[in-house]
Amino acid sequence: MFSVQTFGDTGKMKDYHYTGPVEHRFSPYAFNGGTVLAVAGEDFAIVASDTRLSEGYSIHSRDSPKCYKLTDTTVIGCSGFHGDCLTLTKIIDARLKMYKHSNNKTMTSGAIAAMLSTILYGRRFFPYYVYNIIGGLDEEGKGAVYSFDPVGSYQRDTYKAGGSASAMLQPLLDNQIGFKNMEGVQHVPLTQDKAVQLVKDVFISAAERDVYTGDALRVCIITKEGIDEQTVALRKD
Amino acid sequence: MMQSLEPQAGGFNFNNCSRNSVLESGLSELGFKPPTARKTGTTIAGVVYKDGVILGADTRATDDMVVADKNCMKIHYIAPKIYCCGAGVAADAEITTQIMASNVELHMLNTGRPPLVAMVTRQLKQMLFRYQGHVGSSLIVGGVDVTGPHLYSVYPHGSYDKLPFLTMGSGAAAAVSVFEDRFKPKMELEEAKQLVRDAIAAGIFCDLGSGSNVDLCVITEGGVDFLRGYDKPTEKGQRGGQYRYKPGTTPVLTKTVTPLTLDVVDESVQTMEST
Repeated sequence: MFSVQTFGDTGKMKDYHYTGPVEHRFSPYAFNGGTVLAVAGEDFAIVASDTRLSEGYSIHSRDSPKCYKLTDTTVIGCSGFHGDCLTLTKIIDARLKMYKHSNNKTMTSGAIAAMLSTILYGRRFFPYYVYNIIGGLDEEGKGAVYSFDPVGSYQRDTYKAGGSASAMLQPLLDNQIGFKNMEGVQHVPLTQDKAVQLVKDVFISAAERDVYTGDALRVCIITKEGIDEQTVALRKD
Repeated sequence: MMQSLEPQAGGFNFNNCSRNSVLESGLSELGFKPPTARKTGTTIAGVVYKDGVILGADTRATDDMVVADKNCMKIHYIAPKIYCCGAGVAADAEITTQIMASNVELHMLNTGRPPLVAMVTRQLKQMLFRYQGHVGSSLIVGGVDVTGPHLYSVYPHGSYDKLPFLTMGSGAAAAVSVFEDRFKPKMELEEAKQLVRDAIAAGIFCDLGSGSNVDLCVITEGGVDFLRGYDKPTEKGQRGGQYRYKPGTTPVLTKTVTPLTLDVVDESVQTMEST
């Protein structure tokens, strides 16, 4: 055992063992990176995520999108610990089926959001390490975005970014979609094309500065016609 | 306390360590982390080829996992034909190589001889060992001197290796796999440049701490060829939307104009590196 002598407060030498027994705890969580973003429009919703799966300084996969289709009108984006993302989406799929069989109708976006909140809070003391954002159309056909924290607190938003680059994206969305911190600008409602272009542009910028974001971007556009998927290349470094 | 009033004896001052540990434990209760030194999270590599030495480095500097600098220089000058790539803590690598450069200049004047790469390595390792690993710089020193081309790697605690090819930094594993596959002794210039470029590119793509461009430095008996931005394997995506703001978007609350009467004495232009 190493022993280094240092001078204490009184000026007398004291022994300081810095390789004593060290307790290493097994951590059940890992951080796999990734960023998700959802925007709600008048009659559409967009859910986008990057497709990089990483751990530490390495990349596990360059093609692992974080948006999962739940129903014809709802997509969920999950980022955080990939193991919990997979399990959570399996559980949501099973619960959707159960609802369909009991109630003979598909769950609405709002209902899925409420259900997810209870699923997440059920694991309040060993949480799913997942940052969820649900995007879809509500019963009236208007765009809806619901954002969650890992233990189930949620609210309906117009736009939300989650995951590793969320702190970089959210202020940009506040400015461009919410027209915050600007004066003398017309508050034009967001068109679908402009929203899609904005989402692509903000991810290009996030990939510049966040090491966990990159490789490719998967954009899911939800309208009453269905769900359209687009893929855009991002920086691979 | 009397200890802090004593004159600085040189080297690191550890008086703040007990204060820092109290602050850190107090801060972590409130959920704050103390500020960390910026590391370069790098891929650096060096290779000895037929006529000399080629050093390569990526150009990304990270602050934890956010890119702080997309185009920083990691190949530092030490002597006219000796250059050094630095990984680890950015400030430590920068300052250590600057200290070495001035020491080498003094040594050259003292001895009247051009410097040897082995001399630079010995001074580096003696300094890093003296600081017991607290100076967190991992360096690859390469150059050509009267005895020929040499390549050394020096670690933060003061050990060194002398080898025909070396990689260091967080992307070292990715880069060394390329070297292990394709390195041959006495390669030609173009083949060796391509090999180092490929090794750094492996680090750029496969390591999250490395990215942006490849810088190369070719050192031969005849001189140095510093190829900044030799290869740019990644391009910034093109944004489609328009994000310029009209004048007046940020409201002007008050405006005060104070004229200053000045005479232009001297004018000089310094170009900035813009990303």
